[in-house]
Amino acid sequence: MQRPIRVLVAKPGLDGHDRGAKVIARAFRDAGMEVIYTGLRQTPEQIVAAAIQEDVEVVAVSILSGAHSTLLPRIKELLKEENADDMLFVAGGVIPDDDIAFLKEKGVAAVFTPGTPTTLAVEFIREHVKR
Amino acid sequence: MDRGKRWRERRRIAKMITAVENALPGHEQILQEIYKKTGNAYVIGITGPPGAGKSSLTDALARGYIEKGLRVGVIAIDPTSPFSGGSILGDRIRMNELSTHPQMFIRSMGTRGQLGGLSAATHSAVMILDACGADVLFIETVGVGQSEIEIVKLADTVLMVMVPGLGDDIQAMKAGIMEIGDVFAVNKKDLPGADKTKIELEAMLSFLPPREWRPPVCMVSAMYKEGLEELEVAISEHRKFQADHGRLEQRRMRNAQEALLAILRDKMVLRVKSDDRYEELLQRMMEKTIDPYEAARQLMEGLDSCSED
Repeated sequence: MQRPIRVLVAKPGLDGHDRGAKVIARAFRDAGMEVIYTGLRQTPEQIVAAAIQEDVEVVAVSILSGAHSTLLPRIKELLKEENADDMLFVAGGVIPDDDIAFLKEKGVAAVFTPGTPTTLAVEFIREHVKR
Repeated sequence: MDRGKRWRERRRIAKMITAVENALPGHEQILQEIYKKTGNAYVIGITGPPGAGKSSLTDALARGYIEKGLRVGVIAIDPTSPFSGGSILGDRIRMNELSTHPQMFIRSMGTRGQLGGLSAATHSAVMILDACGADVLFIETVGVGQSEIEIVKLADTVLMVMVPGLGDDIQAMKAGIMEIGDVFAVNKKDLPGADKTKIELEAMLSFLPPREWRPPVCMVSAMYKEGLEELEVAISEHRKFQADHGRLEQRRMRNAQEALLAILRDKMVLRVKSDDRYEELLQRMMEKTIDPYEAARQLMEGLDSCSED
């Protein structure tokens, strides 16, 4: 069997809306990926600790709380501190268009907003994951 | 290098597990290098039906060992889809608080086609965490049915997690999974029927042939953190019993044997498949001009005559 892409699907922030994270986790699974799902209300530290221990190739976070401009750069920072900057870092959720440029500047490789077909996220990961 | 120092190199540990799980170049050397450093961790297998609370109980027990200053490794296995090859590994959900603790290392693995409740690389991952400083190692199997018993080969103590409401005493009488528990935990003890489940388990255990170790049945609640001390004591007692009766040595001898045989099988199969006659013999089997025993005998002769790796 071909080596599956390992993805951490995590939900930082204090909102409890995990439907999106679950849908995307399921889509990644059906695309043949190994998805580590860590559940709600994760701190950046917890997310990065999980990413390191699980040795994932992709960190995918779902955030709908509005705290993306604080939490996502923090996650990227911690990944850098752990020398895990090579992990592909993507985000999804309710994120205003105006904030996307800032997030990309801070190292988020892609931002998937509501209405994005799951296949697009899958394709993006397949194309950009470093092997 | 001391065990504590190796334990802190978390990225390195994680990368080693990835290498063995995917048979990446260099994985054999990794296992060769660490092998001599293994054998220090006490391995606890956690098994039981889906939803019994294996992850939550692992989390609760791990906390106890961490408070004692021990380093705890967890290998949590969840099923891989036979169709897409993908998986959702969700055991960490119950262990999030501990995931940043420096004494804790949690790794999730998909079964990737392996039956029996574990993944093919579980043993290698156990050896890596053991060699890198784990004092206690939990292996959490997939949610099991009635015959996923591979865990007995790896664990020093098998903890069988049961819950009320899964069936009557006939279920408990069946052969297989119920026979491998060294310690039983009835989780969700606050639910109706928990006492009955305990009684049925006790009755089942009474009918087993008399053994020197009778598995205790502990009533626990991972959620409300009840009965955990008693459970930990039961595990310690089993550990002591095994040490006093030379059982740990026996188990580890069996593990060594399993590991060696697995490697031999893999290598022999690889070599046989690279034999020019392999395809030809298969074809002849299809045509019924040769039987599989004779084909195997001829291929084995090929093994005897070539000595290179």
